[in-house]
Amino acid sequence: DISFKKIIETGSSVLLLFLSDPMLKKRDDFEDILEERRNSSDLKYALRCYTPVLYKGVTPCTSSMLKSMVLQSDQLHYVINQVSKETGKATDDIKEEASAILEEMAQCLQLSTVRFFAFTLSKAFKTLFRSICVNEDGIQRLQQAIQEHPVVLLPSHRSYMDFLLMSYILYTYDVALPVIAAGMDFMGMKFVGEMLRMSGAFFIRRSFGGDKLYWALFSEYVKTMLKNGFAPVEFFLEGTRSRTSKSLTPKLGLLNIVMDPFLKGEVFDVNVVPVSISYERVLEETLYARELLGIPKPKESTSGLFKARKILSEDYGSIHVYFGQPVSVRSLAQGKVNRCQFNLVPRHIPRRPSEDIASFVNDSAYRLVRAQEENMVLKPWVLVASLLLQYHHQNQAAGQKRGIALGELTAQAVWLRDLSRQYGAFLHWPGTVVTQVFTIILLALCVLTICEDKELLSQAVILLSCASYRNQALHVFVRPALLALAIHTEVFNSFSFLRNMFSNEFILCPGATVQDFEEACYLLVKTGALQFTQQEVLVTERGHRTLAFLSTMLDPFLQGYQVVCRFLCEEATETLTEKQFIPAVRKFIKKLLLAGRLRYMEVLSSDLQKNSLAALLRLGAVRKMKG
Amino acid sequence: MDRLFECVNCKLNLCQYLFFHRQEILKWNGWGYSDTRFLFNKKGQAEFTGKRYRLSGMIIPALQNWFEGTFGASVQHKSPAMPILTSSAVQPPTLNEAFVDELKSTGIPCSHDAEDRVFRGHGHCLHEVFALREGKVGRVPDIVVWPNCHNDVVKIVELACKHNVCLIPYGGGTSVSSALECPPEETRCIVSLDTSQMNRILWIDEKNLTAHVEAGIVGQELERLLNESGYCTGHEPDSMEFSSLGGWVATRASGMKKNIYGNIEDLVVHVKMVTPQGVIEKGCQCPRMSTGPDIHHFIMGSEGTLGVVTEVTMKIRPMPEYQKYGSVVFPNFEQGVACLREVAKQRCAPASIRLMDNEQFKFGHALKPQVSSIFTSFLDGLKKFYITKFKGFDPDRLCVATLLFEGDREKVLQHEKQVYDIAAKFGGLAAGEDNGQRGYMLTFVIAYLRDLGMDYYVIGESFETSVPWDRVLDICRNVKARIIQECKDKGVQFSPLSTCRVTQTYDAGACVYFYFAFNYRGLSDPVHVYEQVEHAAREEILANGGSLSHHHGVGKLRKEWMRETISDVGMGMLKSVKNYVDPKNIFGNRNLI
Repeated sequence: DISFKKIIETGSSVLLLFLSDPMLKKRDDFEDILEERRNSSDLKYALRCYTPVLYKGVTPCTSSMLKSMVLQSDQLHYVINQVSKETGKATDDIKEEASAILEEMAQCLQLSTVRFFAFTLSKAFKTLFRSICVNEDGIQRLQQAIQEHPVVLLPSHRSYMDFLLMSYILYTYDVALPVIAAGMDFMGMKFVGEMLRMSGAFFIRRSFGGDKLYWALFSEYVKTMLKNGFAPVEFFLEGTRSRTSKSLTPKLGLLNIVMDPFLKGEVFDVNVVPVSISYERVLEETLYARELLGIPKPKESTSGLFKARKILSEDYGSIHVYFGQPVSVRSLAQGKVNRCQFNLVPRHIPRRPSEDIASFVNDSAYRLVRAQEENMVLKPWVLVASLLLQYHHQNQAAGQKRGIALGELTAQAVWLRDLSRQYGAFLHWPGTVVTQVFTIILLALCVLTICEDKELLSQAVILLSCASYRNQALHVFVRPALLALAIHTEVFNSFSFLRNMFSNEFILCPGATVQDFEEACYLLVKTGALQFTQQEVLVTERGHRTLAFLSTMLDPFLQGYQVVCRFLCEEATETLTEKQFIPAVRKFIKKLLLAGRLRYMEVLSSDLQKNSLAALLRLGAVRKMKG
Repeated sequence: MDRLFECVNCKLNLCQYLFFHRQEILKWNGWGYSDTRFLFNKKGQAEFTGKRYRLSGMIIPALQNWFEGTFGASVQHKSPAMPILTSSAVQPPTLNEAFVDELKSTGIPCSHDAEDRVFRGHGHCLHEVFALREGKVGRVPDIVVWPNCHNDVVKIVELACKHNVCLIPYGGGTSVSSALECPPEETRCIVSLDTSQMNRILWIDEKNLTAHVEAGIVGQELERLLNESGYCTGHEPDSMEFSSLGGWVATRASGMKKNIYGNIEDLVVHVKMVTPQGVIEKGCQCPRMSTGPDIHHFIMGSEGTLGVVTEVTMKIRPMPEYQKYGSVVFPNFEQGVACLREVAKQRCAPASIRLMDNEQFKFGHALKPQVSSIFTSFLDGLKKFYITKFKGFDPDRLCVATLLFEGDREKVLQHEKQVYDIAAKFGGLAAGEDNGQRGYMLTFVIAYLRDLGMDYYVIGESFETSVPWDRVLDICRNVKARIIQECKDKGVQFSPLSTCRVTQTYDAGACVYFYFAFNYRGLSDPVHVYEQVEHAAREEILANGGSLSHHHGVGKLRKEWMRETISDVGMGMLKSVKNYVDPKNIFGNRNLI
């Protein structure tokens, strides 16, 4: 295998020079911000003096000034005239329409509302969470970045909590409060929608494909806020909350918009700050599992939120929020984008991004999501859940129902802890191994006992919750795991195939096959699982255990994709619509599970089913027909 | 007419000095006249020596503070230049004996004296002057010739073709594009063709308002001679004291007062150029023609790669009756640019209008000579109070535009009012004639200031571009920021001076000048760092929609960006012209393409 050999020969030596050892990755320490909340008055905290530092030279600007700046911008003038010509509507009418859209969209950040949230959230957070840990060095870097260039905050998205939490933290540290791109569905919650608006949220419709006016307003609104350094702009790269705890394929629309001012030279640079929010337990945990299994998500409503109050009586552990290294868009674009392409057409005329810009934004998006993943804090339970799931499935396959000796599990956990550390995982493992594993076991016991439940769906709910913990660690293992799956075949080709197939499932940047392969090789060689000789790849004695663990980790996904293929081959007809696909495949899988012909209940997850269909579409195995 | 740099007691014609040994009155390793320089005297006060300029002989009290504060430099830390050129540093000439023999038989003066050769082997790029100050000399011309007229040039070019030697035309030597540098890979004998002796006005045609002039004449001499007959060309590039007519044509020069008189391409009616294929010129002196692509545009901007410009017919104008300087203070640069844009839109730009940014405003302030009376200093204080306290201008943001009006007295006053009215709409306050005049004086002394900086570990340069109006603010901000960032990344220990000004307005855009200087103490190879930063700044200019050059030209310094600037086909066109006109690459300075 030529490509493989070449990579091993040239790649690995180069890699050793350039790839810094993941274990040596330097990360900041955390500080618990709830500690002070428990020891001093929340009211005082909510009313304290708040004087954030802003972007240099920024002239204060009210939200109504912002709106008029947008409405008077060249871009909007252009689009309004264009729409008027196309539709025959008077420009004044379109202007009015634009103004109304902007009214619906715009945030109106008010300090009083922020203070209200600061007070109420303090109360709520203290009951819900044991601690909220923040890396203060990251906050300081952010402060610095805000003064230098416009800033975009990119938190990971696992919970509705995320953006309130972000603003809460920034308020706590006296950092400029962000304006946040939020989905329109929040607006449905009458009172809450307005509250969120007053705490900095602006609302965008979920889809507005062909609506030029809407797009122009929206992009100009975001750009105006960004360019003038009015406030950091915050949005979720993943577009929506991840129901599985895996990072989602990034959405590019907003990233395109915030990079545009740099590319067109309207600002010198834009700083993008990835933020990793790791929950020990997400508030929406069981909701997500139900949703994935097809139990529809309740519409966001104010009354629903109050019903959610019962949540307050539960323990959700701690949250770790890690503010990553600010990334300069200028340095990302260095050598990748030729900015001269904007020289020949006036910059306010909207244009589809060119190919090099589209691929630059896409690559950057993946890099940023990976930066989020890298700083996700993994709790011990995540590793133990990974182990327990594998045990569970092995037992099931063997038809046994035996438990695991505590000692054995502890030993396994220690092994996995060390392995993941070597792979660069950001572990939070306080106390000794035994105490950790012991507390975990208490949790684990519930899972295992509930698994006795005969009802398929409720078993699946538990399993999917459990899998969502394992998923938190997937980014650490996914590359070596793909290599582990490929090791007994034509390695590079198989790796490349699997990687390609799973690129809707995991964060695998398109076009980075060789880098990923090198990274996987590097990690497996470094940990002594593989050895490279001139001719071949050898699995070492202790490597078998690692490789077995890794390939088992991906097994549910592999099986899932296989089942979907089988479904399409056996049951799908020409008349299968996209809408029918999920219920049909779900029915098919349920049958297999009940018949005992499939062991992974995870395959029931609609997320996996959608991803595999998308992958098959992308690979050209299936085709979408219009009409 | 009030000339800013008039020779106060200079009875002799400059060009007579410039005969064989220009270096006797001009510096060999710095800018301008040998008797004129800035220095810090024993009291640490800055002084401008000589008698040639308005500022000459004056004390500039604020300069030291500004200099030390801006660059983190100190008048205690000197980095003096080598005082004299050691001839051992100059490689012996590679002479093509046959060529030299035949040349001598024509009687055209020539020399292979080391000083003559070194003097014509460089322009005024930072790296060129820096090397000279250190006494380092690279490849220089092997022989210098001084043709006296067009026919002499024809003979020289013929001989050059016959004996295959390389010719590099030399005019005023004020190039800032490495255009005069001898290509180190050139193995043939390099002949510097110094046009300084071709400095006569051959005729003046008052009916058509044109003058036929030999191309070696330098700007100030041309104006002086025309003024004697009551005319002027109005072409005043910042280098006009030293740069030549032929050089202007060869680089597509631009003058300060182009708003009234036009740039060189607007001023030229007829050009004669000697090429290896023969002489190229039009057959008439017509104001405009529709006869295919204008052949003048192959000549203008050819940067010495196709031939030597020997004679030019230029438009002339009666000398203006009245001249008036002026200045306007704006609360910030943005408002200033908006005002310039409006002035351009209404097509009412005065002879010159320039907008300095805040840093340059402060720099200009630091160059105020010692005030002679308590009354003036009191007035200055009052003005400052009015602008900053009463009008609320932030001294760290305000910026100033300098103006020059020219023409009939009445029209000038009317024009002045129109411009000040527009300025007022953008928050501009009239700030007096003095500030305006000082601004223009700075133009002529700024090159001397670079030499002062180099005496104290500070190096710098200016570079220019042109850009559409909608990009002006962005390009200014981004290029200045890029310079600062690059300096930081390249290990410059002190924060650099990074400033700009808008120097010309057009219907569709403006010309922007950037000034960049830094204290290089602690750097092992300051010139390399400087070049890297300038390179990055140029990339930034191009990425922000700016041009490769507005009037400095391409030379060898900016060649690498030509292809993207004029497209592949454009390059092919230029190359095929070169191949036809000069297949043996006799004009081998390797500029432009």
